[in-house]
Amino acid sequence: MSLATETIASLRSRLLSKEITATDIVTDLVKTIEARNPEIGAYLSYDVQAALDEAAKADISQPLGGIPLAIKDNINVTGQPCTCGSKMLAENYTAPYDASVISQLRAAGAVPFGRMNMDEFAMGSSTENSALGVTRNPWDLGRIPGGSSGGSAASVGSDLAIAALGSDTGGSIRQPAALCGCVGMKPTYGRVSRYGLVAFASSLDQIGPLTKTVEDAALLLNHLCGKDAADSTSLDIPVPDFTANMRDGVKGLRIGLPKEYFVEGTHPAVSAAVQAAIKQYEALGAEIIELSLPHTDCGVATYYVLAPAEASSNLARFDGVRYGHRALNTSDVLDHYMTSRAEGFGPEVKRRILLGTYVLSSGYYDAYYLKAQRARTFIRQDFETAFEKVDVILSPTCPSPAHKMGEMKNDPLTMYLEDVFTIAANLAGLPALSLPCGHDVSTGKPLPIGMQLVGKSLDESTLLKAAWAYEQSTDWHKIRAK
Amino acid sequence: MSTPTLDIQRIATLSRLKLSEEEGAQYAGQLSKILDYMHVLEKHDLSGVEPSAHAIPMFDVWREDVSRPGFTCAEALANAPRKSADQFMIGKVVE
Repeated sequence: MSLATETIASLRSRLLSKEITATDIVTDLVKTIEARNPEIGAYLSYDVQAALDEAAKADISQPLGGIPLAIKDNINVTGQPCTCGSKMLAENYTAPYDASVISQLRAAGAVPFGRMNMDEFAMGSSTENSALGVTRNPWDLGRIPGGSSGGSAASVGSDLAIAALGSDTGGSIRQPAALCGCVGMKPTYGRVSRYGLVAFASSLDQIGPLTKTVEDAALLLNHLCGKDAADSTSLDIPVPDFTANMRDGVKGLRIGLPKEYFVEGTHPAVSAAVQAAIKQYEALGAEIIELSLPHTDCGVATYYVLAPAEASSNLARFDGVRYGHRALNTSDVLDHYMTSRAEGFGPEVKRRILLGTYVLSSGYYDAYYLKAQRARTFIRQDFETAFEKVDVILSPTCPSPAHKMGEMKNDPLTMYLEDVFTIAANLAGLPALSLPCGHDVSTGKPLPIGMQLVGKSLDESTLLKAAWAYEQSTDWHKIRAK
Repeated sequence: MSTPTLDIQRIATLSRLKLSEEEGAQYAGQLSKILDYMHVLEKHDLSGVEPSAHAIPMFDVWREDVSRPGFTCAEALANAPRKSADQFMIGKVVE
């Protein structure tokens, strides 16, 4: 059996017993990638020699020693490309520094290996907005892998990677994890430094793990968190060992079901899988409590005002001067900016820059941006009230399983509405996780279904405990894409 | 609130994005539809609540004013599309 099929936990124990070497893992991964990546398209690029060199030097005594990790192509790794899935950075950008998470992971012995496809600048939920290649869902190659961390999720879901890093602004880790059958986690805002992550919406972005198991998510999270002087929004609070309470069970755990998340419009297979998961939690001794998040209907609108507004400002840095695409033969400085950006950015990025510029422009600021900021306060307060009564909140991760490629390409609003269950956690800054809880078999090929757990601020430990208990009592995580 | 008519070329100039007429028409249509949807925010009385810029309270962060290592000139220029004499090269901006 290829080592590519294993988890961080199992590889670590085999490395420590000297049964295998870090080089063996990279070698097996490369074989799998060469065989399957051409059809799945999860990797945009990978440097085999660099990974072999790093693996040979990896300090196995470190907690993640010798573990290769696939990196979403918006996180800087020194000397590697960082395209953000965009023509803007595809031609001539080489990362001049390590993102802080990469420095931390290297210190823990991990080996960054491979650049994963994504929706351009992380804007999208299907990876169809990548300007650089198509990524397919490993469970059904005619379907999307989700997004924006689609390459990361497709690689972990098909054993093309041991584990991966993604970024989550409105569900971009959790939704593709759900659609590709893996575990995806967005930590509390501020837990993880954003330094070196190419900014999309700075008040919402967080880096997080995509893994085959809950335990692997906890193992990675242990080395992602912490205060970083280079990111003033990173929190200076102690980082626990996230595996410490993971096996404590859910007896007496209070799980909330928001009535606004269990409504018509959700695919029947998704509803059935999540209802079965709720029963399973009851059987495990958890207490199920119905509750209300009354401002849920504001979520999508709030997000699609605030995130594009922040993006329009963040993406102003792409000016064709310091890095990125530069148009030739422009007439003056305004033409230089406007043409370079028009040539470098794809349609969805342009749409969001235009939308963000509009809602921030004079005369419309109060009507859209300020209103959305006020709605954000209500959404946060909804969760604060809910968490007085419950420990975690359970819902589907997304309303339906993976759709067919191209199905929503010309209908941006419908695509945005698919983010309804995931965006509130970003707006409220809460930790949230998606884990496999079933399959939709109605199309002939099994399509993974994910359940989302949202936790209290900084309480990733309870989230992981709840996820682990369910995972260990079911077999969904053991079924891999063929 | 009703969605006002979008002057898409004005927004495009503010956004520093050159749009053809055809692209402008397409984006104007899509943006109008998206902005119409934003009226869902009208359903709730939002007047009495403080706006949130962040999910968690954020304060100014200070550090000691001491120099730290940064990029060398060569590193800072490594990704520049055009450079000359250790500087970024841009088009003429003065008459």
